[in-house]
Amino acid sequence: MSDRLSARSIWLAAWVPVAVLALAAPLSLEGFWLQTGLFAMAAAIGAIGLTLLVGATGQLSLGHAFFVALGAYGYAFLAGPRDGDVAGVGLPAPLAAVGAVALAGAAGAMFSPIAGRLRGIYLGLASLGLVFLGQHILHNAASATGGFNGRDVAPFEVFGFSFTATDPELVILHVPYGGLERLWYLGLLLVVLAYWYARNLLRGRPGRALVGVRDSEVAAAVMGVDVRRYKAAAFTVSSGYAGLAGVLLALAFGRIVPDTFGFVMSIDFLAMIIIGGLGSIAGSVAGAVIVTTLPLVLSHYSDALPFLAQPGESGVGAAEAARLLYGAAVIAVLLFAPGGLAQLLRPSRPSSANQGTWTFDRRRSSPRDQQGASP
Amino acid sequence: MPSRRGGLATLALPRGAAMNQFVELVVNGVSLGCIDALIALGFVVVFKATRVVNFAYGSLLLLGAYVVGRYHEPLGFAVAVLLAVVVTAAVAIGVGVVLLRRVRLADPGTLAILTLGVDIMLVTELTRRIGTDLLTTGDPWGAEVVTVGSVHIAQTRLAAAAVAVVVVAAFLIALKITDWGVALRASAERPATAALMGVRLSRVASGVWLLAGALAAMAGLFLTAFPSPGISGTVGLAALGAAVPAAVIGGLDSTTGALVGGLAVGLTATLAAGYQDHLAFLGRGFGGVAPYLVMLLVLLARPTGLFGSREVTRV
Repeated sequence: MSDRLSARSIWLAAWVPVAVLALAAPLSLEGFWLQTGLFAMAAAIGAIGLTLLVGATGQLSLGHAFFVALGAYGYAFLAGPRDGDVAGVGLPAPLAAVGAVALAGAAGAMFSPIAGRLRGIYLGLASLGLVFLGQHILHNAASATGGFNGRDVAPFEVFGFSFTATDPELVILHVPYGGLERLWYLGLLLVVLAYWYARNLLRGRPGRALVGVRDSEVAAAVMGVDVRRYKAAAFTVSSGYAGLAGVLLALAFGRIVPDTFGFVMSIDFLAMIIIGGLGSIAGSVAGAVIVTTLPLVLSHYSDALPFLAQPGESGVGAAEAARLLYGAAVIAVLLFAPGGLAQLLRPSRPSSANQGTWTFDRRRSSPRDQQGASP
Repeated sequence: MPSRRGGLATLALPRGAAMNQFVELVVNGVSLGCIDALIALGFVVVFKATRVVNFAYGSLLLLGAYVVGRYHEPLGFAVAVLLAVVVTAAVAIGVGVVLLRRVRLADPGTLAILTLGVDIMLVTELTRRIGTDLLTTGDPWGAEVVTVGSVHIAQTRLAAAAVAVVVVAAFLIALKITDWGVALRASAERPATAALMGVRLSRVASGVWLLAGALAAMAGLFLTAFPSPGISGTVGLAALGAAVPAAVIGGLDSTTGALVGGLAVGLTATLAAGYQDHLAFLGRGFGGVAPYLVMLLVLLARPTGLFGSREVTRV
């Protein structure tokens, strides 16, 4: 009993300062850091959703950016003013956000008939098709998306409290609370909710079923798991997460353009959950923070870092250095720590089937077995 | 619907003109399909032999095109192409060997993502090196257009088709009769048994990566030659965008499938682009995504592509 008590107090001792820091951050951070933080929060929500799908359920998806785009554009469309230069519905912002998440989730559910039939790499490549189709739609449905130039995003507002610099004006400890400061708290709340929901999902009965589907569909079916339904559910939930990430991303950007939601974003999400450790929720959050902030921070400090070339000079610039570092990180993680950060942080603890991290390596069979079985 | 009326209006055009346009599009589509088949073949042989989905393929192609674009002036075109093939094949083997260390343990998903890491690094570096330069392939065919009857086709495309036919025929014959081809087929079929029978899997894999690199360099050359605007960092993504649907339509582990898929992608893209006035309701630039639609439809009907071998699961 005392063990549990001390474990709990250690947990509190670790997390209370983090929580206090996170809550107090807008008091001292400047705009750049707030926006970077918001991007990281949005990415964290999306990465949690993807790790539920790829890590927990074993369904490789390269189409996450498509669902993020649906969330972002869905919110912008539903909350947008009716009389703007691009079409909008003019719904209250919270309703629009819920609608956007539902839209993304529904799209995930609609893709599940295809997803249910495909396995492994075929599924990944098919979902890659979604990203390209999505780009095409975003560029062409200009009346709703604004086309190539994108569209503005209506600021969030709930019960008359607007997430902008005014209305009502807010000054806390001599710090004026503008849009980014206010969004910071919304983002924190959403990340905590997303984290909590995903953790409970994985710990409960559905989580065990999903892991069963990942490890062996046949075995899971024999144990009474409705494989098709759980795969569809995993796709739906994951897309809903992506949609929520899209909403937050749209709010943080203030204006969204199609190019944000391309192939690169899908890869970035995959990199996040791999660097974090497939199937680990905390890991995916950490991966999201690293992947999102690294390029922004490197370019922010590029003039202070002597080995980076300035814009216009020849040599490796900040953005390129970030990309190179990031590609190298993906390779290094997979070669030397296939379990990602989650594995590095707790190498000794034996992981239970449900909470532990998972690498593709631990999949039931080696490639040789699979082929040995083919006629 | 206005778009449909547009469609009917063309039918009222003199039949000869519509027919000519159709033939021209098909000829161009087949020639583009030959390039796509080359691209898809390199993608598929690697998967067939090593179960690696090579996402770095697009950047290998870009590398080949870059070497040609950068060195054709000092070295001359032919030598530059040779250099490109050698460099790209060497890099491909390097990637394959680094990956091969883990290939016997890892699942296709891990390896695919590993190649994504390679792709990110290669594309970043090559894009940086290209910078704002306008690189062209400097090929001897230039912007010449051949006209047969009333059908126009770029000379580069004819050259591409000829090279593709020769290379593919050579590959298929090699696959059929050489020791290496037999070893490749055996190790694709049953790696464990093949290894026991004395096939060196690592040697087969190196050969396959070498071939993929060489194919990437050639395809990169033709993909960036006239009528395309030149060599830029986006070529890699465009190539991957052709390789993925082509390989998936045909079935990821089928060389025949790669050829069929490549032709299907080339034809689909060219026809969709050529008739885009009539397909205006589908949006501008529909030619770019049409192959993906075809891919999704094929997958709905056949989850492992047209010629892909079915996966059998064992508990």
